[in-house]
This record gives sequence, structure tokens and C-alpha cells, in this order.
Amino acid sequence: MALEEPESRVWNGLFWVIQLFICINAVAKSFLQESRGRMLYFYSIASPTAFVLAKLLFNSLLMLLMSLLSLLLFTMFLGNPLEKAGAFIGLVLLGGWSLSLVFSFLAAIAAKAQQNAAIMAVLGFPIIIPQLILLMRLSSAAFSPLLTIPAGTVLMLVALDALIILLSVILFPFLWRD
Amino acid sequence: MAQTMTNVNNYMHKSWWKIASIVLLVYTFVAGFLGPVPHLPLLQETIRNLYFHVCMWFAMMILFTVSVVNSIRYLRTFNLKYDIYARHFAVIAIVFGLLGYITGAIWASYTWADPNKPATNSFSTIARDPKLIGAAIALLVYFAYLILRDSIQDMDKKARIGAVYNIFAYAILFPSIWILPRILPSLHPGNDGENPALDVKNDIDGSMRTVFYPAVIGWTLLGVWIATLKIRLSLLKEKKMSA
Repeated sequence: MALEEPESRVWNGLFWVIQLFICINAVAKSFLQESRGRMLYFYSIASPTAFVLAKLLFNSLLMLLMSLLSLLLFTMFLGNPLEKAGAFIGLVLLGGWSLSLVFSFLAAIAAKAQQNAAIMAVLGFPIIIPQLILLMRLSSAAFSPLLTIPAGTVLMLVALDALIILLSVILFPFLWRD
Repeated sequence: MAQTMTNVNNYMHKSWWKIASIVLLVYTFVAGFLGPVPHLPLLQETIRNLYFHVCMWFAMMILFTVSVVNSIRYLRTFNLKYDIYARHFAVIAIVFGLLGYITGAIWASYTWADPNKPATNSFSTIARDPKLIGAAIALLVYFAYLILRDSIQDMDKKARIGAVYNIFAYAILFPSIWILPRILPSLHPGNDGENPALDVKNDIDGSMRTVFYPAVIGWTLLGVWIATLKIRLSLLKEKKMSA
């Protein structure tokens, strides 16, 4: 498979699994890398809401960049089976954003629970599966000229993202103090 | 802290709701197995499983709600008692979820499985059903809650992070068992935005309702009863440790 172009269903599945692992590696580090001293410094200069919103914003931008980069690499190395490239890029950005939001908040929890990497996987995988199923189903429509992308499902993903931002803002102040 | 823990709410010691639970469950079993049910094609007598399978999920959802309410109360008061409540209600809710899975598997083996093929063939088709995956995800999320909470040593930190994750998990419960199963195609009742648990307008017969609703209340009360016993036990342990 490494040298041939995979068919579109495989391409799609592979793409989203890679996205998931990119996100775990890129976003999870954001909280786990902070040293105790630096957290204390942030604690003294910023409010928890501002801090968590900044983290979410940074991780979102990072993940959007990574998503576009991996899409570029995919089309270069595995061929381009996309029928609706614009719609797919939109979904990739939405998906990257959703993944980064969920994993940012989970990283904040895992950072407090010390056994970082292991607990991150345990917490993250079940929570991300519903979103991944939705994203894969939505994006499979981008591989065929006949199917349309259901707007209701896209809106639901956006609503889910809004919910996660809201929960992060409400709950992060409780995680913040030590 | 030790003083607030000794004041266990009185409802835990009252007996009227425990008696009500037993009476309702005896009624569920007697009327559920002997009472009249509509004879539908394919379902036949397995329709009686409605009193058990669906009630398990109702009880699970109610107990998860009780658990998350206690987590919110913990974050508002920082009284460790509420954290213990939240944990034990979540554990019992998981048990009800597993029972819902088992009763569902029995039901599916009589209605969905193809008798002409080996059981393993039918299993792989059934296990891929979106509603089953959604329910499995919901249970995994709560298993993760238990692992997270028990992996932290410090009492206050454990309670705080556990409560935060519990609220987050409850929010994730909605996409995975309320929304996702309604938009993906599946064998389970409740496609195209219908209610997956029961179709109130058409499916459920009037005579079944008189058993179904008492059964939901009975199973839920049984769950609360088990949870309160476990809560009382761990509060006693805490008291002994701090004394």
C-alpha cells in the first residue's frame, strides 16, 4: 500500500486516524510540558479563563496548521481521490478544531493527574470516537460527486465544539489551583 | 470534615422507598411475565424484555444524572461527602449499563441474529451497530472516570479532578447515546430522529405502560438503594480513618 494509491474509503479512514494521532502528539504536550514554575508564573499574571482560552486558541491554530500540512502530504504521497476538495478542506479544518478542543481540555485534566501519557489515552479515546465517526461519515460524501454533505450534522459538530469551549471555561478554574 | 461526614442524610436510613422498590419489582416480574402483551411479528414474547432491557438504560441515565448533580454540589461546597456520593452513583449506573448490554444481547440473539448462520457471523454484524457502539463508548467514558479518580492519591485533588471529569463525561454522554444513534442507520428501534428507547406514540401498548413505568421506578430505586449502602460503608471507613 505504501507505493500504490489507496481507494477513497481507505484514504479517508487513514487520514482521520492520522489526524487523531497528530492531535494527541501536538496538543497533549501543551499542558504536560509546562513546568511547575511556569504554571505558577501564569497563575500570578492571568485569570484562569483567559489562560484556558489562550491555550484553546493556540492549540486550535496549531492543529489547523497541522491538518492542512497533513492534507498536503496526503495528496502528494497517496494521490488525490477528492471530488469536492473545498468541502473536504472545510471538514478537515472543522475536524482539526474539534479534536484540538477536546484534547486541550483532556490534557489539562491529565496534567493534574500526574501519570500523564497513559491517562491521556484512557481519557481521550472513548470521548473522541463519536466525533471521529461523524467526521468520517461526513467526509465520505466529499469523495463522491453525487452525495451532499448534511448541514445538520455539521452544525451539530459546531454545537459540540461550542459546548466543549463552554465547559472548559466553566470547569478550568477548578483544575487551575493546586 | 469528619463532622460533616457523620451527618449522613436521613433519606438513606428511611425504609419506605426501599419497600416501594421491592413491591414495584415484584409487580414488574409478576405482571411482566404473566400479563397480557401485544403479539407482534418477530418480537413475539420477547417483547417482555422491554420491562428489563429498557428500564436498565433508564435507571442508568437517572443514576448518572444523580452522580453529576453530586459532582456539581462538590465543586460548589468542597464537601468530600458529595464526591463519595458521585463515585458510588456512577459505579451503580455502570452496573446498570452492563446489565442493559446483557439483556440487549439476549434480546438481539432472538430477534436480530440469523438462525441460518453461525452465531459468530451475526455477532460481528450486531456488534457494529451504532447504538451499541454509542452505549459502549458511554460506559468506557465512565470507566475512564473511575480510573482517573482512583489514580490520584491526594484526597482533595482526587475529588476535584474527579468532579470536573464527571461533568465533562456527562456532557459527552449526550452525543454518544442521545444524538449519534439517532442519525446513523441501525437495526435498533429509533431511526430518523425517533426515540430509541421507546416510541411513545405507536409502539408501546397501553397495557404495557402500566408495567413499564412502575418497572423504571422500581429498578431506579433498587439502584439508589445499592448506592446508598456503598456510600454508608465508605463514609464509615472515612470516619474510622480520620478518628
